Amino acid sequence: MSLAVDNLRVYYRTLRGDVRALDGVTFTVADEEIMGLAGESGCGKTTLGKSLIRLDGRMRVVEGTVRLDGVELPLTADGAMNAFRFREVSIVPQYAMSALNPIRKIGRMVSEVLDSRGVSYDETLPELSRRLALVGLDDSVLERYPIELSGGMKQRVVMVFSTLLNPSLLIADELTSALDVSTQKAVAEMLVEFRDRGFVKSMIVISHDLSILYQLADTILVMYAGKLVEKASASEITEDPRHPYTQLLLASLPEVGVRFAEQRLSGIPGRPPSLLNPPSGCRFRARCPLAFEKCAEDPPFVEIEPGRFAACWKVSA
Amino acid sequence: MDAAESRADPGPRGQRFELLHFAFHNSKLVIGLTVVLAFLLLAIVGPWLTDATPFEFGHPTGQGPSSENWLGTTAPGQDVYAQFVHGLRSSFIVGALAACVAAGLGMAIGFIGGYLGGAIDEILSMVTNIVLVIPTLAVLIIVSAYLSVGSLTSEAILIGLTSWPWAARAIRAQTFSLRAREFVSLARLSGQGTTKVIVQEIAPNMSSYLFLTFILLFGGSVLTAATLDFLGLGPSQVMSLGLMMNTAVSNAALQLGLWWWFIPPGIGITAIVGGLYVMNVGLDEVFNPRLRST
Amino acid sequence: MLELDGVTKVFKTGMFGRAELTAVSGVSFAVQPGEVVSLIGESGSGKTTVGRMILRLTRASGGTITFDGRDVANLGRRELRRYYAHVQGVFQDPFSSYNPVFKVDRVLGMIRSNYLPGLSASEWKTQLRTSLEAVSLEPADVLGKYPHQLSGGQLQRLLIARALLLDIKFLVADEIISMLDASTRIDTLNLLGDLKERGVGILFITHDLSLGNYISDKTLILRHGRVAELGATTKVFGNPTHPYTRALLASVPLLHRKWGADADDVAAEMPAFDPTAVETLVQIDDDHFVARPAEAAS
Repeated sequence: MSLAVDNLRVYYRTLRGDVRALDGVTFTVADEEIMGLAGESGCGKTTLGKSLIRLDGRMRVVEGTVRLDGVELPLTADGAMNAFRFREVSIVPQYAMSALNPIRKIGRMVSEVLDSRGVSYDETLPELSRRLALVGLDDSVLERYPIELSGGMKQRVVMVFSTLLNPSLLIADELTSALDVSTQKAVAEMLVEFRDRGFVKSMIVISHDLSILYQLADTILVMYAGKLVEKASASEITEDPRHPYTQLLLASLPEVGVRFAEQRLSGIPGRPPSLLNPPSGCRFRARCPLAFEKCAEDPPFVEIEPGRFAACWKVSA
Repeated sequence: MDAAESRADPGPRGQRFELLHFAFHNSKLVIGLTVVLAFLLLAIVGPWLTDATPFEFGHPTGQGPSSENWLGTTAPGQDVYAQFVHGLRSSFIVGALAACVAAGLGMAIGFIGGYLGGAIDEILSMVTNIVLVIPTLAVLIIVSAYLSVGSLTSEAILIGLTSWPWAARAIRAQTFSLRAREFVSLARLSGQGTTKVIVQEIAPNMSSYLFLTFILLFGGSVLTAATLDFLGLGPSQVMSLGLMMNTAVSNAALQLGLWWWFIPPGIGITAIVGGLYVMNVGLDEVFNPRLRST
Repeated sequence: MLELDGVTKVFKTGMFGRAELTAVSGVSFAVQPGEVVSLIGESGSGKTTVGRMILRLTRASGGTITFDGRDVANLGRRELRRYYAHVQGVFQDPFSSYNPVFKVDRVLGMIRSNYLPGLSASEWKTQLRTSLEAVSLEPADVLGKYPHQLSGGQLQRLLIARALLLDIKFLVADEIISMLDASTRIDTLNLLGDLKERGVGILFITHDLSLGNYISDKTLILRHGRVAELGATTKVFGNPTHPYTRALLASVPLLHRKWGADADDVAAEMPAFDPTAVETLVQIDDDHFVARPAEAAS
């Protein structure tokens, strides 16, 4: 078992109270699994990614444990977590490619981070060159400034560099959203290749775009308003979604081939609930066409078939 | 920020409340403001607490602080306390007036150049750069030597006319970036004229910046005025802190050990200007969430 | 109704404006009343610039843009105001489109004071109500609120309502739903379909091919400021001819077919772009044009 998350609760402190961004999530990611984490903005997927590596000072882990390869991650202790970051768990945060220090050459930035981890840059250089070549970049990129590289090149550099020490778990947050369609494909394929070559053991790929997750992930975990909603293999999610939210979400996505004149798609009416004071029971209840009395009670995220999980009273009945 | 955080965003009203909260907890702002307000209070109330006037003679000559003359007397026999509190008044008046002139000019030129761009911006930038490059103090010295600066108002206007360029540049830069925002485009698409766009769309979104600029101009003007007064180029009929120091130095107060004569004005200027600058740093932290330590 | 002919935009960059950046080069197309044309391009294709030029927020460097026969570039201040009574725009970021210092009503109020001054209070209320209903918004839900209190979808729809108040003939919709949540996107997009039924011409600017395919009658593929392919949506998507269009379509992630499932993968290779190449639009079918190198056009 590569990653085991148990009842994780993460809240954000604000002046108006606690925003319950993640409210009790439990799931596992197996060795060599690429799990896609899907959901709309505010569902908690970025919070989940960041909490696994303790990246945000405003987050408070209220409850729950995370075990990576059997070892419990010290999520609440910033200092202790530092030993795990970059080595065991690595993250490519959202907007990473825009966050590259503009006045540092790429190579210098890499060497600085490696130094801070106690790893020699010169010793790692041959492997770094090999991996850069793998993604279609050559060593000259190390001598350039971020502004000289295109979006796709920056994203690839960030990917290579984040996986340099072969982490057990890589979290990629919205890696492809700011990219053009053609570069998106190249980066997505690169992610899969990194797993296939063993540079990374398992991956959590966060994206709001279900179609790209379908292309690159083995399994997809759908989140809504801070809770887990459904988990299944990528093809099961797209071809046979069980949870009403997943079904409605998929039905609202236009695909090349569907035209307004022929078939008018519709979205999900309403908005996700506020996480400052979330409603009791199922959080999708207000917008769900199948809601009934039992939904006033929070449905547990249970295995409905081997390898398929869902949190819905109608489904698990 | 994602939806979870944006729903926790309180918006303009709530933001003002948040600002006040951070403001009261920011040590630099609180300390700076306290110092400045203390001296302001002294400047307003101080003169009422004594019968002595700054220029009258007749007090004991060159005496240290006593129960009659709280800050002692000058070598020719004037009351230092009266001079000090009247001088404080002058400093605040000149500072505020000059800052208004400079801010007004800076805003007008900065907004117009920054928003309209093109040829107008080139011309205004050229003017700004020329005035910026001119050695201000030298010009002020020469001008005040020729036109006798008779009142605080003329001194303030003079200072204002030479300190606006950097404010204009800063405001122009901010206007440039705000002008590209979509709500400005939308205002243009709604048929709003240039003046309305600047006054209603751009300026309100720079309000904290304008406030900070004003405070900096205030501090700078007080310092410049003190320098001019110290050189004897300020109004000679109005008591000011710089004038006090001028007179003190020309009467060899340092050598005679009359410390009560030149130390209070020095402290006054340093405290006010320093307090304003420290306030500014604190305010910047309050307005800009990224600089906050929480 | 709206016609672009050889429109070009060159930006001056670098120190003292010596370097040049050609954002748009020789773009020509037309939009009829009640027609939705999608302008599809990736970042750097110049699509937003085209929209801004139509809205006169930027000046074209070359070519002409005519609306109902009048050249848009030569409009004076008064004429520009009248132009905006017929042509409006909605942009990508709903939260950035509203001045955060004011309530959202102001956006509508500006229209009232500049374009509908003669209306009495009750007439204004009725017109407001009609426009809001057309976009499925309850007046009580949105009026009197600040931008941060509403969702992105509500804000975008309010902007469309604002355009309806003016009874416009043409709308430039620039990436209007890309910042909205997936579950509400399609409802806002459907609104454009409703507008089209009212006879409004729409230029739908997007990078998302599936959205373009869903809503538009005509499609224009833009690459580095030039038109690569242009024609009826069914033809452009059904028979993509330009190598760039084919590469784009092959790279789009689909929900039911994996990349590499078809032999079409070879088409996913992005063709190289030659900025010096001179291309002309060649008609290959009724309402279907492709850019081909000038010499090969025969």
